[in-house]
Amino acid sequence: MRDRENTVRLEARSSISTIAPLIAGLTAIFFTLAVCGLLVLWAKADVASAYVAIYEGALGSRFAITETFTRATPLMLTGLAAAVAFRARLYNIGAEGQLYMGAIAAVAASVVMTNDAGELALPTSLAFLLMIAAGALAGAALLIVPTLLKTKFKVDEVVTTLLLNFIALLFVSLLLDGPLKDPSAMGWPQSPTLLSDLEFSKLVERGRVHTGLLFAIGLALVLSFVIRYTSFGLAMRAVGANDRAAAFAGIGVNATLIKVAFISGALAGLAGVGEVAGRAGYVTLDMSPGYGYSGIVIAMLAGLSPIGVILAALFVGGTIVGADAMSRSVNVPTYIADVIVATALIAVLVASLLTRYRIVWRAKTAAKR
Amino acid sequence: MTVLSINNISKRFDDLIANDDVSLTLAKGEVLALLGENGAGKSTLMNILFGHYVADSGSISVFGETLPPGDTRAAIARGVGMVHQHFTLADNLSVIDNVMLGTESILRPFASRAAAAERLQALAERFGLQIDQNALVRFLSVGEKQRVEILKALYRGAKILILDEPTSVLTPQEVAQLFATLKQLVAEGLSIVFISHKLDEVLAIAHRIAVLRAGKLVFEGGTKDATKAALARAMIGRDVEALPSVVTSVQPERIDQPVLALESVSAHADDARLKLDGVSLDVRVGEIVAIAGVSGNGQSLLADVVFGVAHVEQGRVLLRGKALPLRARAMIVHGVARIPEDRQHVGSVSDLSVWENAILPRVNDARFSEWGVINSRASRAHASALVKSFDVRLASIEQPIRALSGGNIQKLILGRELSEAPTLIIAAQPTWGLDVGAVSFIHSQLRNATARGTAVLLISEDLDEVFALADRIAVMSKGRLSQARAASEWTMESIGLAMAGEVDARSREHRAA
Repeated sequence: MRDRENTVRLEARSSISTIAPLIAGLTAIFFTLAVCGLLVLWAKADVASAYVAIYEGALGSRFAITETFTRATPLMLTGLAAAVAFRARLYNIGAEGQLYMGAIAAVAASVVMTNDAGELALPTSLAFLLMIAAGALAGAALLIVPTLLKTKFKVDEVVTTLLLNFIALLFVSLLLDGPLKDPSAMGWPQSPTLLSDLEFSKLVERGRVHTGLLFAIGLALVLSFVIRYTSFGLAMRAVGANDRAAAFAGIGVNATLIKVAFISGALAGLAGVGEVAGRAGYVTLDMSPGYGYSGIVIAMLAGLSPIGVILAALFVGGTIVGADAMSRSVNVPTYIADVIVATALIAVLVASLLTRYRIVWRAKTAAKR
Repeated sequence: MTVLSINNISKRFDDLIANDDVSLTLAKGEVLALLGENGAGKSTLMNILFGHYVADSGSISVFGETLPPGDTRAAIARGVGMVHQHFTLADNLSVIDNVMLGTESILRPFASRAAAAERLQALAERFGLQIDQNALVRFLSVGEKQRVEILKALYRGAKILILDEPTSVLTPQEVAQLFATLKQLVAEGLSIVFISHKLDEVLAIAHRIAVLRAGKLVFEGGTKDATKAALARAMIGRDVEALPSVVTSVQPERIDQPVLALESVSAHADDARLKLDGVSLDVRVGEIVAIAGVSGNGQSLLADVVFGVAHVEQGRVLLRGKALPLRARAMIVHGVARIPEDRQHVGSVSDLSVWENAILPRVNDARFSEWGVINSRASRAHASALVKSFDVRLASIEQPIRALSGGNIQKLILGRELSEAPTLIIAAQPTWGLDVGAVSFIHSQLRNATARGTAVLLISEDLDEVFALADRIAVMSKGRLSQARAASEWTMESIGLAMAGEVDARSREHRAA
C-alpha cells in the first residue's frame, strides 16, 4: 500500500531544561555564520578574514566601538517601540514614519524656540525638554491615529501603519522643500540645523556616540520594570496574550492599546530626536537607513524583552558597522550585513521554537497487505 | 464474530501515560460503550484506531486483519467510520455534496451525482436516517447534522462506527431518536463504539461497557452486570459521595427584591444572525436559576451580556434594583462573580502565570497594587491561599496557567470569584468537560454559596446539571427565553420540547398541568 504522508510533526516538550535556550542561541549564531560564510565564499573572499574584518570593524578599536554604539542608539529605541507594541499585539510597522515625524518635530521645535537673534528664546533646559516632548508627541500622534481606527472600526493596523510610513516621509519631504527648508543648503532638501544648545552632549571625545545611548538604555530598563511589575504591564501582557480574556477580566482593552500606542510611537519619535540632536543636527530624507523596520527585527530577536532589545540592537548595529568596514577591506558587498541579520533572526526563531517543541520523525511503516 | 480487536495498546506522551496496555474487542452487532472521565484516554485510543496517532506498542485488527498504524485511509478502507463530537461538515455545501466530498476518484471528475444520490437515499431508507439531500448543511439542526455525519460514514462503507460524545449537543428527544437509529444500525449488523461520560445513556444503549481510568482499562463487562454506582466508582476510582460537603444550614432570609433582574434585554452577536429577543428574568437571594437550552440558541450571548462583554441594545439589567452598567469592570466592582464557559480562552489568560491570573480582575485593588506597582508578595500569597483552599493541583503558582488541566483552571477561577464573597454568581457551563470529581466539587461550592445567601444564575446545556442544581429553570430557544418555572414543574419531555422551540406544545402542556 502507500506510505503515510505526515511523517514529521512537532510535539510540545513537557519540560524545558535551563541551558536549552543557551544552546539554542549558540547554535543559531553558528548556523548564521556558516550560512553567511557560504555567501562570502561565493563572493570569492576568504571567510575567516571577512569575519575578522567584521569583528574588527565593529569592536576592534575604540572608534569601531563608538560607531557601533552610535548605530545601536536609534535601533534600541525603534526596537523598544516594536517590542512594547507587539507585546500588546499592536502591530506597529510604522516606526520608520514615526522616527521621521519625531526628527522633524525636534527641528521644528528648535526653529519655533529660536528668537530673531538666532538664540534660544527659552531657558535651555526647558527648551530641551520641549524639543524632546515635541518629538515624542509627533511620533505618538502618528501611531495613535491608526490605533484609533483599529479600536473604533477594526481597521487592520499592519496596513495603516505601514502605509503611513510613506505619508510621513512625503510629508517631511514637503516640509523640507517648504517651510522647513534650510536656505543655506544650496537647494538640497534639508532642514535648518538644530541650535547647538539643544544638541545631546557627546559621551567620548572624537566619537559620535552621544547621551542618547544612555537615554535609550535607561528607557529599556524602565520599560522592563513597567512590563514586569506594574498593573499596566500586566494589563498590556494580558491584552496581547488574549484580548477576549482581558476584556472579561475587566481590563479596558482599547484604552490599554491606546496607551501602548502612545508609548510605542513616542519611543520611535525619540529615535528621530536622537538622530537629529545627537548625530546629524538636521533632517534629510535619507537620515534613516530603515531604522524603523530594523526595530521590528530587533524586537523579534530580543523575544520582545526590553533588556534583550539592548543586546539585539548592539548586535545589529555592530553587524552593520562591521560589514561596512569589511566591504572596504575584503570587497564583499555591505548587503552581507542584511543577510547576517536576517539569517540570525530566522535561526533564532527556529531555535527558540525547537526549545519548546521537538520534531518527531516517524519511522515509515509500509503497510502489509 | 469479533470485528475489532484492540490488543495491548500503550501510548505515552512524555510523562503522561495515555493508554496503558489496553485490550478490547467488539463483536458484530454490538454497542460497546467506552466510558471514562476527560483525560482518561478514550480519545487517544480511538485516535490510534483511526490512525491519527501511532501506538508505542500493541496492535489493532479489523475483521481479522492488522491495521497499518497511523494510516487513516486504511482504517476507513477497512470499514471504520468516526463521528466526531465537533462535526466536520462544510456548512456552505448541500448534504449530498458533503457526503460525496472526498469519495470521488480523481480519474472520474464527472462522477455521477445521480448514482450517489440514489445510493445515499437507499442508505437513508435502510437505516431510517431521513434527510433532505439538497438542503444546505448550515440550515440543518444539530441533530440533523449528526445524521449527515453518520450517513457520511455509512456511505464510505463503515461497518464499525465510532461515536464520540454523540449526545452532548442533542435535546432529550433527539437523543431518543439517535438511540433508535443506533439500534437499527446494530440490527443491520453494524458494530458501534459509543464514547460517553454519561452513565444513564450508556446503561440505556450499550450491550457491553468498558471503563478507562488514567489510561488503564479498569472495568469491562455486560450492561446487565453494571450499576450506576459501580461504573461511577470505576471511572473516578473512589466514591463520589465521599467528597467533602460543607453545606451550612443557614436559611437565607428571603427578600422579594431580586438580586439580578433582566428587563426585556435585546442584543446582537458580533458576527452571526444570533440575537437575544426581549429576555426577562430575575434571580433572588439564595436560589439557583438555570437557563437550559441546546448549544447555539443564544445562551452564550446572554452570558456575554451578563458578564459585561457584549453590548445591550434594549432593555435593562438591574442589580439589587439598580441599573447596572454592563461593563466587566463595573460588575467586578459590584461583587458579581463571573465564571465563563471557556475557561482556557475567556476565564484565564493562558500565557500568564497562575498567580497573575488569580489577581487579574482585581489587580487595581489596594490589596494587590500600590501606585500601579503590583505587590507581588501579597498577590502570590493570595494565589497560594486560593490554590490551597480550592484544591488546585499544580507544580507552582509561577507556571503559566496553560500548564494546568481544565478542571484545575476552573477551580482557580471559581476560587478567584467565590473568595470575594459575591452577592451574585453567574456561571456559564461551569462543569463542561470536567471529570466527575471536579464536577461534584464545583456543584457543592455553588450550593454552599446559595446557602450563604448568594444568588446564582446558571447557564448550562447539561440537563443533568440543570436538574441537579436549579431551583427554577428557564429554557432558551432561538434567542427567546421561556418563563422561569420551578424545577419540579419541568419534565425531561417538556424541557426537551421547549429546547426545540416548540412553544405551543409547551404551553398546551402547561395549561393541562
